[in-house]
Amino acid sequence: MDVSGLTIEGLHRALEAREVTVEEICKAIFERIERLNTTLNVYITVTYEQAIERARELDAQLSTGYKPTGLYGVPVAIKDNICTKGIRTTCASRILENFVPPYSATAVEKLHAAGAVILGKTNCDEFAMGSSNENSAFGPVRNPWDLSRVPGGSSGGSAAAVAADLCVVALGSDTGGSVREPASFCGVVGLKPTYGRVSRYGLVAYGSSLDQIGPIAKTTADVARTLQVIAGWDEHDATSANLPIDDYLAALNSDVQSLRLGVPKEAFGVGLAPEVKRAVETAIANFETMGASLVEVTLPHLEYAIADYYIIATAEASANLARFDGVRYGYRAEGVETLAEMYQKTRDLGFGAEVKRRIMLGTYVLSSGYYDAYYLKAQKVRTLLEQDFRNAFTACDLIVTPTAPTPAFKLGEKISDPLEMYLADIYTVTINLAGLPAVSFPCGFSSDGLPIGCQLIAPHFQEARLLAACHQYEQNYPTAHPSARTSAGSLRWPSL
Amino acid sequence: MTITIDDVAKIAKLANLALTEQEKTAFAAQLSAIVDYMEKLNELDTSNVPPMSHSTLSAETYLRPDQPRKSLGTETALANAPDAKDDHFRVPKVI
Repeated sequence: MDVSGLTIEGLHRALEAREVTVEEICKAIFERIERLNTTLNVYITVTYEQAIERARELDAQLSTGYKPTGLYGVPVAIKDNICTKGIRTTCASRILENFVPPYSATAVEKLHAAGAVILGKTNCDEFAMGSSNENSAFGPVRNPWDLSRVPGGSSGGSAAAVAADLCVVALGSDTGGSVREPASFCGVVGLKPTYGRVSRYGLVAYGSSLDQIGPIAKTTADVARTLQVIAGWDEHDATSANLPIDDYLAALNSDVQSLRLGVPKEAFGVGLAPEVKRAVETAIANFETMGASLVEVTLPHLEYAIADYYIIATAEASANLARFDGVRYGYRAEGVETLAEMYQKTRDLGFGAEVKRRIMLGTYVLSSGYYDAYYLKAQKVRTLLEQDFRNAFTACDLIVTPTAPTPAFKLGEKISDPLEMYLADIYTVTINLAGLPAVSFPCGFSSDGLPIGCQLIAPHFQEARLLAACHQYEQNYPTAHPSARTSAGSLRWPSL
Repeated sequence: MTITIDDVAKIAKLANLALTEQEKTAFAAQLSAIVDYMEKLNELDTSNVPPMSHSTLSAETYLRPDQPRKSLGTETALANAPDAKDDHFRVPKVI
């Protein structure tokens, strides 16, 4: 059974024609996981037995003539910071190494109800803090396109699992680009929905005003199918939006010819690798050929985004991670005398370097005497950044930027300089600060054969428009997509 | 803004982290560089700008009806505890 490049549509066609069973598909993917996971390190936990049992239940229903819809029979991977009842959820941290949640995230419950099969939990940066997946207590993930390179982060395991056909669809989470940057580095499609579109219930909190769960898949249509399932109001998340959900799949072919595409000049300046610039400019020209009109827009505060983000995100993180104290769950340091010593040692031994760095930064910017100078200031600059987008969207329907300033970088290249690593997030963090939806889709390759991602940004809750533009680009320019055959006829997909 | 090793020790105490001497030295240098970079925000005049704490569009906060519901139960709630006894979490002596 060849599962390479398998999409939901292809899977459903094969299931309906009785060419294959859900169990066979899952076993074929597990065989790949068995073969490749020691190299790629994308899965922290594999749930073989539960998945096969589940697949058999679904196959039994199919044998009664049931027509597969939604995510029926779809093998999915879940980022390991999203709670799964009865399945270990580590956040790629030593402090939660043996944590088994007593409940599932709402997004996971919805996947299950739609017929998905969970294959396992994917590696990520510890507590979703990182841009390279090197900050994992379970070791780094390798990029399937080039094993010496990072897959991006923090949802590196999810993106690499999709690219290497170790699942069909994956869930990631995106606080400052953690779905989009790895999607870009791994040549797959990744969506960060509008803040509030998908329930955060059961997503282990990092920056609560920024976090969103988002789907990663090989095609925009599969992203749309997954969003359809996980979107919506949830009484367990007070910040989830009680607004109608569009029919994302039906909207994929809606008219984008009259689209006004905003191009912010600030996103094409210093720091952008020439190859990425060329690839994204080609994508912009292609959108114009498709009928879109280009509008020059300005995001004057973009250069302040990283400083702003790392104040707000770390402040929220320092508060959120206070709950890990060795009392109710997770790791506890041994050989301590007092309660205070137990807290401090547990946290020092349980958290990795980047998590501690962010807790320290967040504690500092919130501390007495510095609160106004850093945290309050950052909240005000956040208003300015949000207004930049509000102004830009009066003149255009979507905004286009690169997803990341470079293609995937080498393992170890930025790990010793945290600030250098933060700068990789320049195009993605503003989107979370403003609460907007954005997608990264493959738009070309570097001379080294590494995928390059293009980012489209929409106004709040306009995911349908975003996905339509992305889907039609994919249809019109299939050669830019990794799954397309090159002119030489070889399949351009990581050959593992 | 230079963050000294003493500053790091103070912040670590607030954050309940028992850092090693080596970590304190490394963090002092790294946090200084990062905070320097963050001071870029001071280039902007924000005296008349309101702060933004979240991007939730709806002004209403949802509150569910105040009715009792089933909770996890003691056994489930204690299942992940590093140390539990007699239906309670157990911690080192406080006083």
